[in-house]
Amino acid sequence: MRIKNHPIISFVEKKEVNFRFDGKNLRGQAGEPIAAALHNAGIKVLRHSPRHNRPRGFFCAIGNCSSCLMVVDGKPNVKICVTPLQEGMRVEYQEGKGDIDAGN
Amino acid sequence: MLKNNGVPSREELTEVKPSRERLQQGPVVIVECIQEIPCDPCYYACPRGAFYPFSDINSKPEIDYDKCNGCSICIANCPGLAVFVVDFTYSEEEGLLQIPYELTPLPEKGEEVVTLNRSGEEIGTGRVVKVLNTKKQDRTAIVSVAVPKEILMEARHIKLRREGQ
Amino acid sequence: MLETDLAIVGAGPAGLAAALEAANRGSNVIILERDEWLGGQLIKQTHQFFGSKNEFAGMRGVDIASHFTELVEQEKKIKVFKGATALGYYEDGVLTAAYKRGMLKIKPRTLLIAAGALEKMIPFINNDLPGVYGAGAVQTLMNVYGIAPGERVLMVGAGNIGLIVSYQLMQAGIEVEAIIEAAPQVGGYWVHASKIRRMGVPIKTRHTILKARGTREVEGAQICEIDENWDPLPGTEKEVSVDTICLAVGLSPMVELLWQAGCQMQLSPHLGGYVPVRNGNLETTVEGVFIAGDVAGIEEATSAILEGQLAGLAAAQKIGFEVEEEKIQSIKANLKTLRAGPVGEHIRQGLAGVER
Ligand code: SF4
Ligand code: SF4
Repeated sequence: MRIKNHPIISFVEKKEVNFRFDGKNLRGQAGEPIAAALHNAGIKVLRHSPRHNRPRGFFCAIGNCSSCLMVVDGKPNVKICVTPLQEGMRVEYQEGKGDIDAGN
Repeated sequence: MLKNNGVPSREELTEVKPSRERLQQGPVVIVECIQEIPCDPCYYACPRGAFYPFSDINSKPEIDYDKCNGCSICIANCPGLAVFVVDFTYSEEEGLLQIPYELTPLPEKGEEVVTLNRSGEEIGTGRVVKVLNTKKQDRTAIVSVAVPKEILMEARHIKLRREGQ
Repeated sequence: MLETDLAIVGAGPAGLAAALEAANRGSNVIILERDEWLGGQLIKQTHQFFGSKNEFAGMRGVDIASHFTELVEQEKKIKVFKGATALGYYEDGVLTAAYKRGMLKIKPRTLLIAAGALEKMIPFINNDLPGVYGAGAVQTLMNVYGIAPGERVLMVGAGNIGLIVSYQLMQAGIEVEAIIEAAPQVGGYWVHASKIRRMGVPIKTRHTILKARGTREVEGAQICEIDENWDPLPGTEKEVSVDTICLAVGLSPMVELLWQAGCQMQLSPHLGGYVPVRNGNLETTVEGVFIAGDVAGIEEATSAILEGQLAGLAAAQKIGFEVEEEKIQSIKANLKTLRAGPVGEHIRQGLAGVER
């Protein structure tokens, strides 16, 4: 959910863009991190742990913890909490550790 | 007690209370800052020099209540939102409480609001008399609320009664 | 290979303050910043800062960030690389960084590491569930991107960060169920505690979290009281209904680069973890490598700014630029007074063990 009224901060609205997540069409704001757009759409589960298959979300939101790795436009292991959203992006769940050569 | 739960005890509050006589003389500042922390903007904010000079930045603010005229300038300058102004001479039954307010929406003049004590308990109602939010205050508004005198030294926050609040 | 008088890793308050001071004395400066903006964690601090009037007290963190950013961008002697992640500093004095799918190689005459800190985690059942966030993440989400992290939050930790973020949540219209704190006392400034108490948020000291509830996402939490030995008291368990658990249980210095560079490190619980041994000018045991801000020990932004200024000047002085000794002494004196009170005691103790 976006915060509409805030006593201190005036959020500048950015351009709306479309992107695809797990086969669905979603909208977000251009330039915000992919994780922010997903969270706004109510999507908190970003990944499953490789061994025990436990759901994972982000934890630090500043690119430290690697809890939010996803496949973006075919490229695996993208930290979506610090990757800006762009029109037409394809965001997918990542299975396993990802192929290091994919998408490069 | 402050250190255990953030609510000052009676004893802690006596430290920051002007004398009874001074309270009866008109608006006066109440600075509820009872811990030595590295902070001093209140001292620089007062145009009347009512804050005694800090011996170092960790000193607790101490006030010369005879110099303070309750102008309320220091309220918005305190990052701890710990400064209030009370006026027991506002009217026969009511006193005037001025508090810092950094929430949205701001109350409106004339609006009836719920008053809260230092633990956040509802202790009565009050009537908003003035809302000051100048550029200089940098988004810390100052809300003046008329409240029954009995709760003037207890009420420290307000809650709006609007739909969905 | 790029050459410069001073390379700075991290454009938070410490790094920016250092860059400005060093450039002002004639140094050419290169700043490497992992993010796409300058200001580090200042950009999500919507509250007015404490500290002395001379060091921006009363200004909101986010405004201090834009103030610094503007100054740095105007300064011709400073070159900023955004989106550049420092990788290593090697025996031959070369600093490398990942940048735009390639690599930057820099040979700086002096180096300042001001990389900041990492959030700590605490063990409890289901602490990996989505909806368990670090306090910094909650701040980033709501104050930078304008997105509510949830509707109802349990805050774990009553230090300054826990208290301030709770207040910021309320400002964003989000409910805070309670703040729980394992210690018997509120760790943060009491004025911060008071302002959220009067808004109706309870602070429960001597409490801890036992488990997060939920299967895919956080749906609640179980908390309980703890005894003097910090063990849970059976029978005091309580369920709270929240969709977000915010952990504000401390920070640890982000010191990987300093380990890698071969600096002598020392464990200092008072400073948040392993930190480099340093001299009074914030120079580490590897000559020419300086530190400032949270990597030198977890503290507040005000001291990070002062440390940055000190390290920036000391680095400039080291390679022959003229720096008035009085200036250096006055910054040291300011730092000393800032830390002189009771709330600075753990810092003083920590520093006593790592300063040589
Ligand atoms: S209310 Fe006015 S006169 Fe009194 S201490 Fe504050 S600024 Fe000074
Ligand atoms: S400005 Fe506020 S928090 Fe700071 S010392 Fe003065 S009263 Fe205390």
